[in-house]
Amino acid sequence: MANLKEIRTRISSVQKTKQVTAAMKMVSAAKLKKAQDAIVQIRPYADKLHEILSNLTGSLSNSDDNLYGVQRKPSKVLLVAITSNKGLCGAFNSNVIKQVNQLAENTYREQNQKGTLSILAIGKQAYAILKKSHNVIGEQNRIFDDLNYANVSEIASSIMDAFVAGEYDRVDLVYNQFKNAGVQVLVSEQFLPIEQEKETEMVHSEYIFEPNQEDILRDLIPKSLKTQFYKAMLDSFASEHGARMTAMHKATDNASDLIQDLNLTYNKARQAAITNEILEIVSGANALAQ
Amino acid sequence: MHLEIVTPEKSLYSGEVELIQLPGKNGSFEILNKHAAIVSSLEKGKIKVKEIAGETIFFEINGGVVECKNNVISVLADS
Repeated sequence: MANLKEIRTRISSVQKTKQVTAAMKMVSAAKLKKAQDAIVQIRPYADKLHEILSNLTGSLSNSDDNLYGVQRKPSKVLLVAITSNKGLCGAFNSNVIKQVNQLAENTYREQNQKGTLSILAIGKQAYAILKKSHNVIGEQNRIFDDLNYANVSEIASSIMDAFVAGEYDRVDLVYNQFKNAGVQVLVSEQFLPIEQEKETEMVHSEYIFEPNQEDILRDLIPKSLKTQFYKAMLDSFASEHGARMTAMHKATDNASDLIQDLNLTYNKARQAAITNEILEIVSGANALAQ
Repeated sequence: MHLEIVTPEKSLYSGEVELIQLPGKNGSFEILNKHAAIVSSLEKGKIKVKEIAGETIFFEINGGVVECKNNVISVLADS
């Protein structure tokens, strides 16, 4: 049995760890609340924008002048991996990285071999790991310091410009979608070119368009792309805090279990020591009596 | 008719209104009850909302788009 002092130091160290994880859990819970509110706010906007846009493109037959919808053979591909800057959030980051690796090995195998597969890492975690094995063109780590629409649309614009300029033929986003505090769903979705939705209903042509369909479309498409990107960022941000909260909750629980076990061992050891001492005294006294 | 004004960051207004005046690309225009379905882009300017209750409210926008369908108006404003 380990000696008493050793067990005591272990107990106090586990207790300290438990305090830290409990504090981190509280911090994440507070941040999660904020991030969740932001998602709730963006959803009506994003949904409506998407609806209007699909109505528009549905009733517009010739979308040739749509710069962001050009379908090219995907020979140059950009993957945008959205992770977090900090770790300690369970499988949150590794899921994204795994998915990127999988895409590189399966879907974009050809591009990967030719070296035309690029990766834009958002968040330090993805950057640190992916840069070892892939062609990472950039990192956007400071975005999380101040996550707002203006900052995010800047990144989205630069990606969109690169697409229009022909630097990439296809852009995919890989991120964690936020379901609830305990559940994150990993998704990889096509960002560019815009997928054409098949609209068969003719109801949409009843709209009056001011000033005209093309102008509105030209206005709306970049807006919608930026919103989509912003939504992905918010989702990932909220997921990060959700994942961290769950991870820290588990860590706190584990620490409690460990402390309980250690306490038991400590008490057993203490009792054994006392019993030993009594034995010694009694046998000493007996020896004197004889 | 029901009006909703939303921005990417928050929802500005939601409620029953009588009249709404919007800064359209081709000039200011109004939407009244039972307006035909319309989609229009908006410029920087002021939105004037006259509520059923009689109150008149103004909102500043930097541009955006409005959709009106089945007596439901949605304004997507850029901040």
